[in-house]
Amino acid sequence: MSSARLRVVHAGPLVSIQDGGRFGQMRFGVSASGPMDRISFAIANTALGQPETATGIEVSLGGLILECKEGAVSFAVAGGGFSVDCAGNNSTSWTVQTLHEGQKLSIRGGVWGSWAYVAFAGILKAKTWLGSTATHSMSGFGGGALQSGQDIAIDDARIANDRLGDLPCPAFAKPDGEAHVVTGPQDRHFARSSVETFLSSPYNFTDAFDRMGVRLNGPELHLSEALSIPSEPILRGSVQVAGDGVPTVLLADHQTTGGYPKVATVISSDMDRLSQMRAHDSIKFVAVSPGQAVAMARSEAQTRRVYLDELAKPRPSLNERLLRENLIGGVVSGADE
Amino acid sequence: MSDVRFKPVADHALLVEFASEISDEVNRTVIALDHAIAKTQIEGMQEVIPALVNLLAVFDPLQTDHAQVEAAIQKLLPISPARDEEAMHHTVDVCYDEGFSPDLAAVAKACNMSEEAVIAAHGAALYRVGMYGFAPGYAYLAGVPKVIQVPRKTAPVRNIPAGSVMIAGPQCLATTIVMPTGWSIIGHTPAKIMTGNPDRPFLFEVGDTVSFNRIRREAL
Repeated sequence: MSSARLRVVHAGPLVSIQDGGRFGQMRFGVSASGPMDRISFAIANTALGQPETATGIEVSLGGLILECKEGAVSFAVAGGGFSVDCAGNNSTSWTVQTLHEGQKLSIRGGVWGSWAYVAFAGILKAKTWLGSTATHSMSGFGGGALQSGQDIAIDDARIANDRLGDLPCPAFAKPDGEAHVVTGPQDRHFARSSVETFLSSPYNFTDAFDRMGVRLNGPELHLSEALSIPSEPILRGSVQVAGDGVPTVLLADHQTTGGYPKVATVISSDMDRLSQMRAHDSIKFVAVSPGQAVAMARSEAQTRRVYLDELAKPRPSLNERLLRENLIGGVVSGADE
Repeated sequence: MSDVRFKPVADHALLVEFASEISDEVNRTVIALDHAIAKTQIEGMQEVIPALVNLLAVFDPLQTDHAQVEAAIQKLLPISPARDEEAMHHTVDVCYDEGFSPDLAAVAKACNMSEEAVIAAHGAALYRVGMYGFAPGYAYLAGVPKVIQVPRKTAPVRNIPAGSVMIAGPQCLATTIVMPTGWSIIGHTPAKIMTGNPDRPFLFEVGDTVSFNRIRREAL
């Protein structure tokens, strides 16, 4: 089996190793981590025929440059509208190419999106913690943040000629300016007008945005009376409101418990799109019932499954590629939009 | 335990709350329900996060929904508070010596006690793991005796080393990673709460009891 060795020529802040996430440990204070945009991560792996949760790299707007020092390996980039330059071949995210010895791969922020994912046809070697390579940013445990100058190794590196080409960017992977929420658990402690304000006013992302959460900018929310709640479990998607009345949406590396009241919680199927937004982007929160939230999660999962199942198939001929692109056309929006 | 409140959270979780105020009995009831859920096969249940007055049941919305999970948990209620006699007990070494207890003098002063009396009170108490939270392995130990309870500092202090034993209000905590904190550091423990053992990666389960054993700096 061959292996490839890649040098990290440049890694911006918050560029890290991730896998599908470290689940089941919140009771010990450990949030799941894993990709900020889980579906784009799964797409990058699936495009190479890899398991959806195989270890890959999360690229922030800080960008990543890799140079292949030994061997050759096919890779996929998915997530956001980043700029990809592989040995002078320019494209956007949503591509499968091969990096050969001596060549450089550069991934930089592009027209939209905050996170892009690189998967490799092979096994990216990374440190595990509690059975997962996902980087937990607060502690640094897991695969870790990439540092300029370090080398990464890919075992069983393959060239996947039957996978090369552009990927259709699905509509569900793009932010649409909306996030559905179920109000609470502490909505009853907010002034009624504050809950209405939260659900009717646009909020903007600020640049206080990292893997733990994003602070919003918009109308302040007020409690109906001073409230001290005992520290309680929180989730990716919790919208907590600190004493200054400013809401924060908690993200992949959130603390597992907190004592701030939560006005609402974003439903899981909207979190990937939300995480791809950028500072100054505007978002509206739309309330749904718990039953509607479950129905939306199921419908979204079905749409994603159709896309991933088609993508999982290799594409041996041009005719089959065209047929496939027609089949998934229903869920595709042009990557050039 | 009187009325239990169920609150749906997003599409994939249910908050089960026993009270809005912290008490020993409420936390023990949460722990009892956590144990009972662990022993029951509830379809689609992914993880349960117990806390001081409530627990969060996280489920797969493709397999179940809030109503079904609520019905399954209702079947386990009412439930009696967990008892210490049934909990696993741990004895944790702690060194209160100078150089390891930067806030001991301030705690003693605030409580109008000698440092030795603070150490004796802290070391004689029995603690219960009320919940984990904040950061990996941060086990909140309930049971700090009233005579040595002090509030949090007004501003956090940065770069507190792992292994610090600290107190705030009725709670005690041994840190696992370098973090800022507003709690008062009264000792240092060599115990590894994150064990490195894949079969039991965290030393305590929620609900376990803990006592401290004083060691001197030579034993660290």
